[in-house]
Amino acid sequence: MSETKKVLRIKSLYDLPREELFISGHGLCPGCTAGTIMRMLTKVTGKDTIVVNATGCVEVSTTRYPYSNWLIPWLHSAFENSGASASGIVAAIKAMKRKGIMDKDKDVKVVVVAGDGGTVDIGLQSLSGMLERKDPVMYVLYDNEAYMNTGIQRSGSTPHGAWTTTTPAGKVWRGEWRDKKDIAGIAAAHHIPYVATANPAYPMDMINKFARGLEVLNEGPSFIQVLMACTTGWRFDPALGITISRLATETGIFPIYEIDHGNFRVTFPIMKRKPVKEYLKLQGRFAHLTDEEINEIQKMVDQKVETINKMAGKTVIGPVG
Amino acid sequence: MTQENSTLIIKDAETYFVVPISRPDFGSSGKTGSWRTERPVVNEEKCTKCLYCWLYCPEDTILRREDDMVYVDYDYCKGCGICAAVCPVNAIEMVPEVKRGEN
Repeated sequence: MSETKKVLRIKSLYDLPREELFISGHGLCPGCTAGTIMRMLTKVTGKDTIVVNATGCVEVSTTRYPYSNWLIPWLHSAFENSGASASGIVAAIKAMKRKGIMDKDKDVKVVVVAGDGGTVDIGLQSLSGMLERKDPVMYVLYDNEAYMNTGIQRSGSTPHGAWTTTTPAGKVWRGEWRDKKDIAGIAAAHHIPYVATANPAYPMDMINKFARGLEVLNEGPSFIQVLMACTTGWRFDPALGITISRLATETGIFPIYEIDHGNFRVTFPIMKRKPVKEYLKLQGRFAHLTDEEINEIQKMVDQKVETINKMAGKTVIGPVG
Repeated sequence: MTQENSTLIIKDAETYFVVPISRPDFGSSGKTGSWRTERPVVNEEKCTKCLYCWLYCPEDTILRREDDMVYVDYDYCKGCGICAAVCPVNAIEMVPEVKRGEN
């Protein structure tokens, strides 16, 4: 592999290429922030990229046969084997370079795009296998916290207290009672070069994380979890997608951090956290929560923030105020 | 686009495969502008060319002129209103497509 890789690093959004590789006219819901994330991702990766897309919202709505919204090579794989498909592509590129079919110096990046169902629940084994083999693949998880495409069923990524069609809110059941799986922690436990969480409300941070994820590919895989506010499943006004994403970080519910070769760093420190109520009250999936239940969620978030501060070794996310 | 265009046929001596391939094109879901109930209208006097709307648009329907002034591609804009919500100077207004009482 070539020593000097040309990877986009941006300081302002004027540095971003004007060229779009994820074009308009797709079937994602109005206000779906997945469109924003995919546009940013393709701007960073550039044209020499193969995207492997697990079944999910993005797959279903952007590639209605015989059309595609991706101007780059794109492969559909099933829920459970996106990691394995990417590994196969990497092996094929290696073989083609060895046989002389492909230029040896050509740098082809392989990127997996998968939803939380295809990563946290069904595809966890193939993701784990891919990370274990240290295949040079960047895995981007767009986390909308349930199976939105099939009708808002709960997934391992659904947060505590959220309403879904399989965890309804009534007198007995008060929405989801299990906690959200820490998938970035699971990925980091494989000791891969780069793990990060990102938020589309902080685009510069997200784009630089994608760039860093591509940079480390000559050492091994990278994993990036991106929060994706879902207007249909989270039950909010389509215009509020970015506002809610930003509140998720400002309230400490979704802290954005990176683990670069074992070095933990919170990329958006918050001095004064907002109370979680501000985040919850904008979403219909939390509309059934009473004040007591909201306090319970606040305590859980406080604990999580404490863990993050311990990992960072100093107070990077301050108290509620 | 015809069916023949969108399939890749691999032939060799013994086997014959038809591999279904989707080709990139605008509007895989048709002209999605017809989904819209409100249209974003850019006020060019207020616009400071910060490009936040261009950056956050999930549809790639906020287009940039050479001088970075933005305009909207109404063929595909679904009218979600993210551009109006993120605009720091409120230069984008959401105007209803049909006025109340009409239609």
